[in-house]
Amino acid sequence: MVGSATLWVWTKQRTMTQGGNGPSGESLTIEQAIANIQGSDLSLRVYAAWWLGRFRVSDPQAVDVLILALADEDDRTDAGGYPLRRNAARALGKLGDRRAVQPLMDSLQCSDFYVREAAAQSLEALGDATCAAVLIQLLKGEIPGTLPAPEQGDLAEPYDAILEALGSLGITDAIPLIKPFLTHSIERVKYAAARALYQLASSAGEAAQYGNILVKALDGDDLQLRRAALADLGAIGYLGAAGAIADTLAENSLKLIALKGVLEKQVQRSATDDDLSEGAVHVMELMDSLL
Amino acid sequence: MTNTMTNPNPSAADLIRAVEKANSAQSLVDAVRDLADARIESASSLLIEALGYNNPGAAVAAVDGLVALGDVVVPTLLEQIDGYNYGARAWAVRALASIGHPDALETLLHTLETDFSMSVRRAAARGLGMLRWQLLPETEIEPAQSKALATLLPMTDDSEWIVRYATVVGLQALAIAIPPDHPDWHRKIHDRLSQMQATDESLAVRTRVKQAQAIISQFIQEQSNQTDSSISPDWQSILDKVYRRKASERPLEEGDPRRFKSVVATMSSSTN
Repeated sequence: MVGSATLWVWTKQRTMTQGGNGPSGESLTIEQAIANIQGSDLSLRVYAAWWLGRFRVSDPQAVDVLILALADEDDRTDAGGYPLRRNAARALGKLGDRRAVQPLMDSLQCSDFYVREAAAQSLEALGDATCAAVLIQLLKGEIPGTLPAPEQGDLAEPYDAILEALGSLGITDAIPLIKPFLTHSIERVKYAAARALYQLASSAGEAAQYGNILVKALDGDDLQLRRAALADLGAIGYLGAAGAIADTLAENSLKLIALKGVLEKQVQRSATDDDLSEGAVHVMELMDSLL
Repeated sequence: MTNTMTNPNPSAADLIRAVEKANSAQSLVDAVRDLADARIESASSLLIEALGYNNPGAAVAAVDGLVALGDVVVPTLLEQIDGYNYGARAWAVRALASIGHPDALETLLHTLETDFSMSVRRAAARGLGMLRWQLLPETEIEPAQSKALATLLPMTDDSEWIVRYATVVGLQALAIAIPPDHPDWHRKIHDRLSQMQATDESLAVRTRVKQAQAIISQFIQEQSNQTDSSISPDWQSILDKVYRRKASERPLEEGDPRRFKSVVATMSSSTN
């Protein structure tokens, strides 16, 4: 909790200074950020890419320079990673401009694990299913030259990001490819598979079967994994999980965010605008009890 | 909230030792849970300490235990609250809010107005609406509720959705708690909720506002002996109905609906 507190204070300060300060302490404007990302100072370039996403600067010029940054060759880590490309890929997912779809699809073939992960997440956020074929290729390990996660050599691809994108984008063709990941050795990858299969299920009963895999994960011994399962259940908005979410041994803040996802899914689903569904009322009672 | 087991339990020392000796996150959760469930008053300081272990599972259990012990732990919680880190403070405020003793009023007011942590403001907003006002001397109730209302209303503009959500919960409870002869207070709550329903950017918050309006309406309906079985989420229409009915009413029978006369008048004028 201390870690998240620090992060919170830090982001709050960024917001409060109306834009935040760069690594050398100066305030950024949109024009400066766009100029910096094309400049020669690598740390300013990386920061500007992050900044444009953080403050959702959807200015077409910002999108242009971020797309250019996806092909950057200047900023390399010792291990061969591309920090600027990572930040640019993350930012583009937040700007809602579909011009980024094709360049991000190209980034799925980048050797840097984190660039591929960010690209998959951003393609999911942009909601454009044209990337389905490349995502599937990546899932099958058919793209040559990709390096595994630097700290986790046995993780060849950012499977969780790929699986989540396939689920959110409604790629039902991928179901047979996703199922084997339910028994993957990494728990988070299992959860991502369950989450995707929930979203792709053809019936409520089938969806519940996958949702319940995540519900079971709420009872696990590892706090980090319980937090991950909470986030997944909030993202899919599985009503059947509401009680278990409330009972999970984790921060109430995270449980409330997960229940918010469930509540909003209920409200969006109900056709009438008048009465709140029984499910929605139940979720709010749980949320009230966690405040 | 009742002290059903204040007698020293023979195993109290064991339970306390188990918390002190826990050597893993999970064993700490289990030990604090056992201690909390035992409701041992003398262990309250250890439960308070457990709020600061940076172990959410243990904190949840400790809050449950403190709330179960109830009013007896309020002085200690209030005394120690300033020294907590933000995580522990959130849990302590949450315990105070759930216990609902009005001695926590000033702490909750101050916390809601000034705390940088949204989880602390969230707990305070809920708690402010739910204090057991009747524990205060009668002359202090109105000033206390007035302060609570004045502090809650601006929080409907908080930058965090969860604080606004909790503020709606607090305002709902306050609308039900405040005396009916304060039509201006009811009007303020009604108008602010209507405004939120129209403009809040969060669907979850707008949904909770809708629910609050329905609950307050139902309460007013019951209080005014309205027999109409259809519950409308719209305060205004219910109060209009009460008003119309009252206009043609014979002398009042049991449960005098004049209790809400002034409220009705306010609601009618506020939206005309």
